[in-house]
Formats: sequence, structure tokens, C-alpha cells
Amino acid sequence: MSGSKEEEKVPGRSTSLPMSRVKLIMKSSPDVSHINQDALFLTTKATELFVQHLAQYSFRKGCGGESNALGYSDLAKAAEESEPFHFLTDILPKKILARDYLRSLEERSEDSD
Amino acid sequence: MAERPEDLNLPNAVITRIIKEALPEGVNVSKEARRAISQAASVFVLYATSCANNFAMKAKRKTLNAGDVMAAMEEMEFERFIQPLQEALEAYKKGQRGKKEASEQKRKDREKKADDENDRSKEDNEEHMDEEQDDGEAEEEVEN
Repeated sequence: MSGSKEEEKVPGRSTSLPMSRVKLIMKSSPDVSHINQDALFLTTKATELFVQHLAQYSFRKGCGGESNALGYSDLAKAAEESEPFHFLTDILPKKILARDYLRSLEERSEDSD
Repeated sequence: MAERPEDLNLPNAVITRIIKEALPEGVNVSKEARRAISQAASVFVLYATSCANNFAMKAKRKTLNAGDVMAAMEEMEFERFIQPLQEALEAYKKGQRGKKEASEQKRKDREKKADDENDRSKEDNEEHMDEEQDDGEAEEEVEN
């Protein structure tokens, strides 16, 4: 590992994200044993494209256009509405008001009665 | 292996920069949104790895290769990434091969490309990448 901080920008580097960190995440998956260098590079690059695409998509489809802002709800909406982003619904749950949640709990308990 | 849970996060500074560059200037990205995108990116890596690994296992290979990652992108419905990834991989490989060889190859490619392809400004970009990568090469090797 080079440099004191991984966050630091290495000029002329072919990826913005550190491949060493991506490799660590990949290896944390139990059934993965070996990853060749090209596969690691591609996964790193794909993650960069993914971040770009998620930000752009959420901004475009969300309510950010008017307020010139990107918020959590825009991301949650993207996860819910776009098929490729669907795998994110678990980590991007839609936020609801406590009031609505309590009401849905009440309804559920009434149903089961 | 990851020793601390933070090791499975991607560096926030880099994620923030990529988000900023992807959006029109002046867009305000909330802290919560940034954190969510960063987490999403980590999950993306795991999901892509698991998909790619399935392809490798089907082919009875123990090592993930470039084709597995590409197949994973298709499976995940991120076909739109495939072409930019292919281009990036080519540039990356060229950079790895070293300056002399790369520039020689480039000349050949350029002659070929000029004939059978009308690829506008792409070559200029590639040329740039090659040059830039030469500096980063030592860095990459240490990292592996």
C-alpha cells in the first residue's frame, strides 16, 4: 500500500478509487478466492461508473431539479423505481413519518385480529 | 482481510469528488445522500463480485477474470457500463505494458483505426491516458 492516506489523489492514476480497498471488499465475500488484475481494475472502474450513474439518475428523476439539491429521498426513490438499482432497496429504505408507520402497525394488528 | 469494519467502506473524499463531477455545478448533495451513495457503492462491489464469481464457478475457474466482471454487468442490467469499461481496460493494459511498447502499438493502432473506424476524438483521449498512466505505474505495482 502506498501513501499515508488512501484518500489522497495520485496524479495520473487510472482509477480514482483505490484498487486495494476494492480488493479488500471483494475478498470479504466468502466464496471468492482469486481475482486477477484486470477483473479488479474493471470492478473498481465499474464502481466509479455506478456512483456517477446513481447520482445522475437520482438527481434527474428526483425532486432535486427544482431545489438544485440531491437528498436521501431521491436515492431511495431511484432504488425503488429503477430495476438495476433495485438491489439497493435494503440499504436505501424509503423514509416514512412515524405517524404513518404507527398507523400501518395499527392496521396490521387489526388485520391479524 | 478486513480487520476493521471501516475497511469495507470506500474513501469518502473520492466518492464525494465523483458525485460532484457527475452532477451539474452548484448542486447541493446532502451528507446523508453522500453516505448513502458510498454505502451503495460498497454493496455494488459485493453484488458484482458475487455475480462474477458465479460465472467463474460455472466455468470451473477459481480466479475471477475480466470476462466474468463483464458478464456480471450484463446480468445486473448495467449494460451501459460495458463499453466504457472495455475502453478503460484497453487503456489500462496499454499503460501497464510500458511506454515504448505502448507508443509503438498506438502508432499501429492509429493507422489501422484511421482506415476502418471513424472514431472521432477517442484516440486523442487514449493518447492522453497512456501518458498519464506512465507516472502512475510504479504506484499500481506497489499496490498489488
